[in-house]
Amino acid sequence: MADEVLRAPLVLEYPFTRTTGAVIGAFLTGLREGVVLGVRRSDGSVMCPPLEYDPITSESLSELVPVSTTGTVQTWTWNGAPRPQQPFSRPFAWAMITLDGADTPLLHGVLVDGPDQMRTGMRVQLEWRPQREGHITDIAGFLPAAESATGSPGAVPAGVEEVRSVRTPIRMEYTYTPGRALSQYLRAMKDRRILGDQCPETGQVFVPPRGVSSIAGKATLPDLVELPDTGYIESFNITRVPIKMRPDLTPPYVSAWIVLDGASVGFMGLGMNVAPEDVRVGMRVRAVWKPDDELEMSAQNILGWEPTGEPDEVIDDYSRVGRLQGAGES
Amino acid sequence: MIDVAVVAFAQRQEPRIDTESEVEFMVPLMNEAKDAVGLTQQQIGFTCSGSSDFLAGQAFSFVMTIDGTGPVPPISESHVEQDGAWALYEAWVKLQCGEVDTALVYSYGKSSPGSLRDVLATQMDPYYVAPLWPDAFAIEAMAARLLLERGVVSEQQLAEIASRSRAHAASNPHAIRTTPKSAAEILAEDYAVAPLRPSDLPASADGGAVVVLAAGDRARDLCERPAWIRGIDHRSDAHTLGVRDLTQSMSARIAAEKAGVGTDRVDIAELHAPFSTSEAVLSTALGLGDDTVINPSGGAQAAHTMMASGLIRIGEAAQRISRGEADRAVATATSGPCLQQNLVAVLEGE
Amino acid sequence: MTVGSQRAAVLGVGQTKYDTTYPGSMAGMLREAATNALEMSALGWDDIDAVIMGKAPDFFEGVMMPEVYLAEALGCVGKPIMRVHTAGSVGGSTACVAASMIQSGVHERVLTIGWEKQSESNAMWALSLPQPFATSVNAGAGGYFSPIIRRYMMMTQAPELIGCMVALKDRRHALANPYAHLHQSDLTFEQVVESPMLWDPIRYSETCPSSDGACALVLGSETVAEAHAGPVAWIKGTAMRSESGSFGGRNMVSPAASEACANDVFAQAGIHDRRKEIDAVEMYVPFSWYEPMWLESLGFAEKGEGWRMVESGATSIDGGDLPVNCSGGVLSSNPIGASGMIRFGEAALQVMGLAGDHQVDGAKTAVGHAYGGAAQYYAMWVVGSEK
Repeated sequence: MADEVLRAPLVLEYPFTRTTGAVIGAFLTGLREGVVLGVRRSDGSVMCPPLEYDPITSESLSELVPVSTTGTVQTWTWNGAPRPQQPFSRPFAWAMITLDGADTPLLHGVLVDGPDQMRTGMRVQLEWRPQREGHITDIAGFLPAAESATGSPGAVPAGVEEVRSVRTPIRMEYTYTPGRALSQYLRAMKDRRILGDQCPETGQVFVPPRGVSSIAGKATLPDLVELPDTGYIESFNITRVPIKMRPDLTPPYVSAWIVLDGASVGFMGLGMNVAPEDVRVGMRVRAVWKPDDELEMSAQNILGWEPTGEPDEVIDDYSRVGRLQGAGES
Repeated sequence: MIDVAVVAFAQRQEPRIDTESEVEFMVPLMNEAKDAVGLTQQQIGFTCSGSSDFLAGQAFSFVMTIDGTGPVPPISESHVEQDGAWALYEAWVKLQCGEVDTALVYSYGKSSPGSLRDVLATQMDPYYVAPLWPDAFAIEAMAARLLLERGVVSEQQLAEIASRSRAHAASNPHAIRTTPKSAAEILAEDYAVAPLRPSDLPASADGGAVVVLAAGDRARDLCERPAWIRGIDHRSDAHTLGVRDLTQSMSARIAAEKAGVGTDRVDIAELHAPFSTSEAVLSTALGLGDDTVINPSGGAQAAHTMMASGLIRIGEAAQRISRGEADRAVATATSGPCLQQNLVAVLEGE
Repeated sequence: MTVGSQRAAVLGVGQTKYDTTYPGSMAGMLREAATNALEMSALGWDDIDAVIMGKAPDFFEGVMMPEVYLAEALGCVGKPIMRVHTAGSVGGSTACVAASMIQSGVHERVLTIGWEKQSESNAMWALSLPQPFATSVNAGAGGYFSPIIRRYMMMTQAPELIGCMVALKDRRHALANPYAHLHQSDLTFEQVVESPMLWDPIRYSETCPSSDGACALVLGSETVAEAHAGPVAWIKGTAMRSESGSFGGRNMVSPAASEACANDVFAQAGIHDRRKEIDAVEMYVPFSWYEPMWLESLGFAEKGEGWRMVESGATSIDGGDLPVNCSGGVLSSNPIGASGMIRFGEAALQVMGLAGDHQVDGAKTAVGHAYGGAAQYYAMWVVGSEK
């Protein structure tokens, strides 16, 4: 029976900050001040929201004109369950809305209780968020309005501070699965064993395994090979400044390419129990493992690599790395 | 122009591939395509691939996958962050330069690890639209409503498209949505994203595809009946939804004209149409008539592998030519919201 | 000329001022570079047949496949647009792909543009996304390349401060380039040497900055180039090579793909004595020591002798016989997805005689070079003032 597939959540998130330039900045400034701006195109029509170029001809645009806060729904769909990042807390309708005074629609939400309250051609009124910062979500959404409702274009007060950047955070959730070869490697890691996979043509051994041999352009052999937790340093870096991703590491520390005995390629590991100035290319090292009761299915089981005290590996060609041959031939 | 043909094709599409990494599942496909024409990587003149970091959740994700080709010694190679159909276009252009006469093209994508509907929101205008996180189905549904309310298509026609996709997919081992359903049954489905019903939406897949191209006599040597690319072109529409007429596709129409779709009868068309509505729009843009069998594979609705679906359309069309089931075929690829960008290829037997 | 069936030439080069933060929108930044290139080539949006865009990972800006959003900003409505991504070499690869659009006879006038807006996020984040089950002891690219540089230093026994000489030279070159990000007019050799070690043996002063910026080129067919009133740069050869980033016995100091790429492009251009026949080189040097390493790998110096060229001043615009990175190079500006195209564009400017204060007198033949990934992706071109 096949082992259950290894899975782990992977969240990618970042608070992107975008500089806006004059036109997007003016539109967002307007939103903060409770005014909606469009931009005039060369045919005299008004596009809202505005861009610094005409999206059909690419010619530059700059003449901003206020438009109304009332408008007409051009098309719509129902969003029954708001997704986590959508700025709406309850079911709503997506709609393309042409504001009075503009000739092209913008995308936003219409805050109604159900799809039966939506129809193409309906009139809507912009609903401002009370606290505004210069962001498309300064518009809380649109509400149904009377057929005859008309807003009036406002004007951005003179002298207000212009919006120059906008924060657009992104968060995406994935389920990571490591694949065939790496899963076997991770399972063995839990038992304090290091596995590599082997090129079917050259016998080269790759640690961690990759599932394919880049030399042959073929899948590696299905049976992985076990390697000792000893090897040598084929080159190294000394990081002398702290890095954000590893707050646990105090500079200076050594990150070294470790070539295990029987492996054909190196991988990056942390130097341990040795002063950076004493690390040498060719130095023999062995793994420093986490205590047995803390072992997981993770490469993090190996805390780092410490000198064995054996004589250094002899390196006769500094340009080439790893070994041409694989396990059993070394 | 130098005559270039598709001489080999391999594909895999499944609802979820979670026991193999991208390179692990692509290696057998690369070798299947290369073995079909007896070429080793070192005998291939140019290699080009397509994939997306956002889909993989990893920067430089293609760097792992290139190892599958066996790039030792080094190869002449390039990568597009687009559907593999554009990788094929780049390779076709390379072959037009006359330096090399064979090319390997591949692309792949796994949608199952993330939420494709949300991931695609990051493709939208980053200042005004993406921060609202409209999902991809909602955007298409708004276009669908325009199509219906303006009378461009009817719900009955959309249901017929979805029904035909299922019927065709039944004989395609790579398709995912293969259960037959009549148009009436589909019309009885509740809306998924009104006015689109579940059967109007694409069946999401993980997978990839590989194509081998060859020029002139080399193609005739490698393949009994090469599928000659008689025309290929790609165009873009505007991105801003508000300035587009979402009931038609200007980009597909221009690309089809440039590729020469209308100069002769079209036996089959493999349209990269993720939604029933996309197929309706593309058929019109390409000017396809009743004598054309549309999406004999079931199309992208029956199995939609993001980043590979366009390349798979070209491969499916080419296979039907090579098997002698069609003499003239059209394949399309699309990218962006509501068919923003379209590539059209015309393939013929000899 | 053996490449392609048609000749192609560079008609225009457009750049933005490289800086920590470009103050405008992404579209605005690209449009500035593109309109500068169009202006030099005396063409407008309507004249362009296709756009080929290149950029490094989408995570830098958090916009998936941004050519989708940017097509309309670059005159692409109703036209073709493609997006190339080959890691750090992408700016170069993109120019090569754009050239092939003309060499193949498919198009007559192509706009190609490479860009990055690193200020939207943080390169360290985008290049080191978390990966479950794994462990990471590295900090970005420097931690990866420092062991390779250490190997080169051991192999050649090069004096320890060669890298500092490169850094100072490129920063001095940058002073004559108004587009360069870093303009360190008072920088001294002592300051370069005393700069803190980041990724030992790489000092802070020997690394590239994080920049926003875009670089655009307008390429034209022979007919278009002949009709152009201004100077053009004829493309004499283009080459791309890729190899696996890790296998046993890999030469990491001078990877096979690097040498193969150089051999291909110089053969196409009919170059026999590379050092003698090339007048200016724009090579991709994100860490100072890569200058001597590439000088050897690209065949400008014998193996083990690249550092001697640096030491002798041969690569300085000030009297050197093979000026390298007269623009200030990647060490002075690094909008990643644009960096390769800047190399290609600066090489073109040299043979067009339009490089301004960093012009190499009488430059007739120049090289643009870019690399990426685990030093595994390469793109090069050779451009000349004569057809």
